[in-house]
Amino acid sequence: MSKGIREAASRKTAPQENFAKLASETELQFVQLLDPDGRRVEDPHYSVDFTDEELRGLYRDLVIVRKLDAEATALQRQGELGIWASLLGQEAAQVGSGRALRPQDMAFPTYREHGVLYCRGIDPIMPLGLFRGVDQGGWDPNEFKFNMYTIVIGAQTLHATGYAMGVAKDGKVGGDDGEAVIAYFGDGATSQGDVNEAFVWATVFNAPVVFFCQNNQYAISEPLERQTRVPLYHRAAGFGFPGLRVDGNDVLACYAVTREALDNARHGQGPTLIEAYTYRMGAHTTSDDPTRYRIASEVEAWQAKDPIKRLRALLEREESADSEFFAEVDADAARQAVDLRERVLALPDPHPLELFDHVYPGGSPLLDQQRETFAKYLATFDGGH
Amino acid sequence: MATLTIGKAINEGLRKALEADPKVLIMGEDVGKLGGVFRITDGLQKDFGDERVIDTPLAESGIIGTAIGLAIRGYRPVCEIQFDGFVYPAYDQIVSQVAKMHYRSRGKLRLPIVIRIPFGGGIGAVEHHSESPEAYFAHTAGLKTVACSNPADAYSMIQQAIATDDPVIFFEPKRRYWEKGEVDTAASLGDAYPLFASRVLRPGTDVTVVAYGPMVRTTLDAATAAAEEGRELEVIDLRTLSPMDLDPVFDSVRRTGRLVVVHEAAGNGGLGAEIAARVTEECFYSLEAPVLRVTGFDTPYPPARIEEEYLPDLDRVLDAVDRSYGF
Repeated sequence: MSKGIREAASRKTAPQENFAKLASETELQFVQLLDPDGRRVEDPHYSVDFTDEELRGLYRDLVIVRKLDAEATALQRQGELGIWASLLGQEAAQVGSGRALRPQDMAFPTYREHGVLYCRGIDPIMPLGLFRGVDQGGWDPNEFKFNMYTIVIGAQTLHATGYAMGVAKDGKVGGDDGEAVIAYFGDGATSQGDVNEAFVWATVFNAPVVFFCQNNQYAISEPLERQTRVPLYHRAAGFGFPGLRVDGNDVLACYAVTREALDNARHGQGPTLIEAYTYRMGAHTTSDDPTRYRIASEVEAWQAKDPIKRLRALLEREESADSEFFAEVDADAARQAVDLRERVLALPDPHPLELFDHVYPGGSPLLDQQRETFAKYLATFDGGH
Repeated sequence: MATLTIGKAINEGLRKALEADPKVLIMGEDVGKLGGVFRITDGLQKDFGDERVIDTPLAESGIIGTAIGLAIRGYRPVCEIQFDGFVYPAYDQIVSQVAKMHYRSRGKLRLPIVIRIPFGGGIGAVEHHSESPEAYFAHTAGLKTVACSNPADAYSMIQQAIATDDPVIFFEPKRRYWEKGEVDTAASLGDAYPLFASRVLRPGTDVTVVAYGPMVRTTLDAATAAAEEGRELEVIDLRTLSPMDLDPVFDSVRRTGRLVVVHEAAGNGGLGAEIAARVTEECFYSLEAPVLRVTGFDTPYPPARIEEEYLPDLDRVLDAVDRSYGF
């Protein structure tokens, strides 16, 4: 037996215990600029210098994003959406990172990034066709600098990395006007092969991509401990690029770390993994029942860390906003929710024959024939189609 | 005219595509310095650089997944999967992403990706190097699937596949890579035989035989042997596996009344079954006998020492022709 093997064998259990401790450490190490009570926190490296108006803007984003999300949940409950994946609790992670994107940057979302989409200036109706079942996305990722929602877990991290490789090939890195790419995914996705392959590709090709992991503690019912024995951001080191953890309920910190990671990427410094430590306050989707796998006291503990409450506390403490402002934001959010609801209800069902559309850019004689046959079949019914 | 092997013809076709469009990229395992394990990309990295001919990390899902991102960015990636049996790790990216992105975007996003797969057996390889997975892809809406069988087609079809905006799974008959034929490398691509069309390679009056990829050579040899026995086989190279171009097959069967389909892939749920069903629907009253299939068996691909028993050969094709006359 070689010396190395003997040494490894002599410490059979201790590392396992260490890893378990690391993954579930209670004394969290993360970047935080705003604590749950709304007090600013000094960080040795990161800071933000938002004006009062900008802070109020972030607050408005958070409130509107939450309100629109609640409206979508209500629409699902009323049978107007087939399903909804709520972002409740993750508003700061999404608004902070979303507002950190520069106009030329490209985002690759999962199916929960409604807040990022909003911050990109995209009409929030855009992804609702997917959840209503009238389309499967239907937008041009390049038009909005925002890829279509990706439902297969982790698949989009490879797309983001490939896109970032293309950015580099186009010579769009190396300056302030460089382009960066952000890939969103969750804690569950870190177990996927695709995510790990994306890490390999990104680092060996030095791709300008930021991996933004919203660790919301659950992959449907499975807790973080079922995905990892080390803090997720530690994974980056094994691939050879920086990783860091941020308080995912702190919009200021999420903005600061994402902005820097994106700027590093656009200047040619390669990928970064950001683990935004947050909590999914709601169900995985409207089809889920989280009471089966987590206890109420855990949810209550996270309620105390609410991302909106802490920013409001800051605005009030620093007298950056008055009650009139908060009331106006609530009214704005309510108005946008009503508008969204009305437009969702007005989304037309596709014509049955549209199911044959856009299978191939170059068309297919087989599909032409099937469409024709099916059209004739439909026409045999009263009223036809 | 030049005399080229199938392998060299694909190499020349890739070279033309790289010259024609700066957005064309080649990516895969060992495609750069080595020129690919079959040397299909030989010399391309030397001439076009490692930004366009990319040696990738060894992970097939990563190859296809990043190719998707590159295609969203406006590139036209040509991915090499080293062997048929190694495509499965990429299957999710191909079936769930490549195939569906145009549909999901309501036609707003095109992914002009070509996935080259050397396929089939007959080279004495170890397991996972001799498979025929074409039906998995032909069954998937949103993908187009083709197979070349000779140098002239290999040269033009790879260029056409790269030029089309449809995602194309491009099957190459690996055991035929070294077979030679005449290729007109000076001809314009626009004059080439269409990509998504089957082709009658040998006219005949007695039995129609449809094959693709490596089985085309086997079938042509069978037709030569059958002619010596007084039977004229009409040999059709399917070329496009999805969508199939079956009109020439229907025309032929209406004349011959008999059809034999030949492929290496296992018979159960294979393309032969689809062809048999469609021909039965279209040519029912012309058929003198049931459509017969000559295929690999419904086993995993066997060890190399008995692969010749698994693979359809000239005798099994002729046996099927004889059986067709038994009805």
